[in-house]
Amino acid sequence: MDVLLPRTLDEALEMKVEHPEAVPIAGGTDLMVELNFDRRRPALMMDVSRLPELRRWRREHGSFFLGAGMTYTRIIWDLPEFEALVQASRTVGSPQIRNRGTVGGNLGTASPAGDALPVLAAYDAEIVLIRTGGQTRALPWNKFMVGPKKTAIEPPELILGARWRVVRGPGSFSKVGPRNAMVIAVTSLCLQLDEDQRTVRVALGSVGPTILRAPDAEAFAARALADAGAWDDSTALVPRHVFEGFGERVAAAAKPIDDIRGTAAYRRHACAVLARRALRWALDDRRAAA
Amino acid sequence: MLIRTKINGEWRTADVWPGASLLYMLREQLGLPGSKNACEQGECGSCSVWLDGELVCSCLVLAAQAHEREVRTVESLSSDEHLHPVQEAFLEAGAVQCGFCTPGLIVAVADLLARNPAPSEATVREALSGNLCRCTGYVKILDAVWLAAERMRETPA
Repeated sequence: MDVLLPRTLDEALEMKVEHPEAVPIAGGTDLMVELNFDRRRPALMMDVSRLPELRRWRREHGSFFLGAGMTYTRIIWDLPEFEALVQASRTVGSPQIRNRGTVGGNLGTASPAGDALPVLAAYDAEIVLIRTGGQTRALPWNKFMVGPKKTAIEPPELILGARWRVVRGPGSFSKVGPRNAMVIAVTSLCLQLDEDQRTVRVALGSVGPTILRAPDAEAFAARALADAGAWDDSTALVPRHVFEGFGERVAAAAKPIDDIRGTAAYRRHACAVLARRALRWALDDRRAAA
Repeated sequence: MLIRTKINGEWRTADVWPGASLLYMLREQLGLPGSKNACEQGECGSCSVWLDGELVCSCLVLAAQAHEREVRTVESLSSDEHLHPVQEAFLEAGAVQCGFCTPGLIVAVADLLARNPAPSEATVREALSGNLCRCTGYVKILDAVWLAAERMRETPA
């Protein structure tokens, strides 16, 4: 076993060409557990936690780019405008975990329970991969995360970050688990409204082999808000059955299984509850902002 | 592999197995057993240290990731003559029972109070949410935090 310690992204990408098998380690909050418990013994690891190029974010003509090395603590401090992302970051582990854990790590592990992932899915983010020579390619989130803990990354590549079109409108992240801290999601949900396109986006975590969107529920909610006149008038009354119908459709999009953290039936129920609440919060936020 | 780390102000070198954690290096190779080894999965906070000034679980840091970086452990807080105000407060408030979680909690409280000298109760609870104590029920620990905060505001370090 050995560890590579590149100091720059260029150096890291060169090393990745020579040693494509090197497993990147950033905050270590997933990989170290596997090492400590002897579940995994990679022959070679590469420390990416010290690469300054990954710890950046920037705005680019209506889009936003989040570097893979951004920790949850830094997201909370630096990016308050992305409310759902900040809420998701606050639910990650504990202060110690948020100081180390990165969005790139969430993407690389690609667990359906990764807290940042439903947010990236609801933002319609693309994942940017880089290889030596600075050559990048971008994959839509659902072409990058292709199964439970499976991604489309190729051996010479590293995750550079995620990019999304910034939308105007309220958003939230909610998560069900046995306590407030140190919880792996039993069910999580991100809802984002797009005021300009007049769409509702909703993404689910921990209720399928990978992160899921709920397109039927999204179309139903967008149409119901239009029927109620709510897109033009944030004070317009949205009938109660809309929330019920939205929750049912979100739950129908889930593909949960029974596991140690919860049953499929509970998870499906939780999806409906979180969906109703998230839609309610979004409409309340619009009204308050108006 | 040889790892060179500035630990509590002093550059130290250790020859570690590449898969070893920073916690293992501190305890088993550098003679610093203050950071405790319990869960080895970042749940309990007993191994909390500062890495380049940030509070982290040293069981989740690869020792190699601390190469050429700065680590401060609970041992840095006191000398033979003086305890840190947070340590004093834990003793006085009765916040120590079995003591296993204590070093991690001391580090986490010292980290919080250095950043926020007058935290609300909700802030304290969130700041300590990554440190488990199975004896005290946390009531005395919160008492110790208020006592330490008060004293540190009166006599800043």
